[in-house]
Amino acid sequence: MIEVRFFATLRQGRGKVAEIDAEEISTAGELLRRFDIPAEEVSILLINGFHSKPEDPVKDGDVVSLFPPVGGG
Amino acid sequence: MSFRSSPRWAVAETMEKRYIRNLGALSEEECSLLQKKTVLVAGCGGLGGYLIEMLLRLGVGEIRTADGDRFEASNLNRQLLSSPALLGRSKAEIAAERAAAVNPDVRFLAVPEFITEANVMRLIQGCDAVLDALDNIASRKLLAKACAEARIPLIHGAICGWSAQAAVVLPGDGMMDRIYPKGAALKSKASLSFTPPFCAALQTALCVRLLTGREIEAGKLYVADLLDMEMERLF
Repeated sequence: MIEVRFFATLRQGRGKVAEIDAEEISTAGELLRRFDIPAEEVSILLINGFHSKPEDPVKDGDVVSLFPPVGGG
Repeated sequence: MSFRSSPRWAVAETMEKRYIRNLGALSEEECSLLQKKTVLVAGCGGLGGYLIEMLLRLGVGEIRTADGDRFEASNLNRQLLSSPALLGRSKAEIAAERAAAVNPDVRFLAVPEFITEANVMRLIQGCDAVLDALDNIASRKLLAKACAEARIPLIHGAICGWSAQAAVVLPGDGMMDRIYPKGAALKSKASLSFTPPFCAALQTALCVRLLTGREIEAGKLYVADLLDMEMERLF
């Protein structure tokens, strides 16, 4: 399983944490599509705490954290 | 009229006691050091108003600010410097009036201009730190690029709804590109009254640590969620 952690506004309608079968997806970008999240709505994508990109691979046991852009002043 | 009731005596006493409650949390040397420092607060809106207030009361020697905007009704739910009577007035000019009222010992320069490529180097020149209180990604990146070129640390802060984030961005560390990758777009303009002061407090604490030579964790992004009372430290 891959654990997906949502933050800030990305929690709306999704909760804080979800799990997804690792056999169903191979990249972080596929994971975003699975949760119906447009790529531009994710500013920071971490895989196991490391800064990553949508094209990076994900595998069983990974923890993916998703943060939306926060830019107001 | 007795000597003790004279306004001049009262002002002198106020000046003498102004920073007494800083002591204990800061040393006398650190307080003196702050009075020798120069900072730019880029933007006088939600974050900027609180940053200016906090830096004025700390006694930072010179505060500069720049904002070409004017107050409008949608600012009233969160911007410290705004009030119904001030709608339509320049944010930078109101900041200068606030500075004169709160701490006239601080040198205060208010520039009623947006940060642009044409003015950014002039605004940051000679600063010991720059505080990012802007409201859009393009301007934030422009400011970060200029700070990197001038070798000045940038203290980033941003808000959205219940969320706030802050970081010390050091020249050349690439932090702003990690925070705002290409294509990132701001979806919501929501902001609540308590989010800007919370974020400004994080930024000011980072700024004081930086200016007094205390340990800082550069390259770390602090992300706070006030809805779920969580704080993450990223990167």
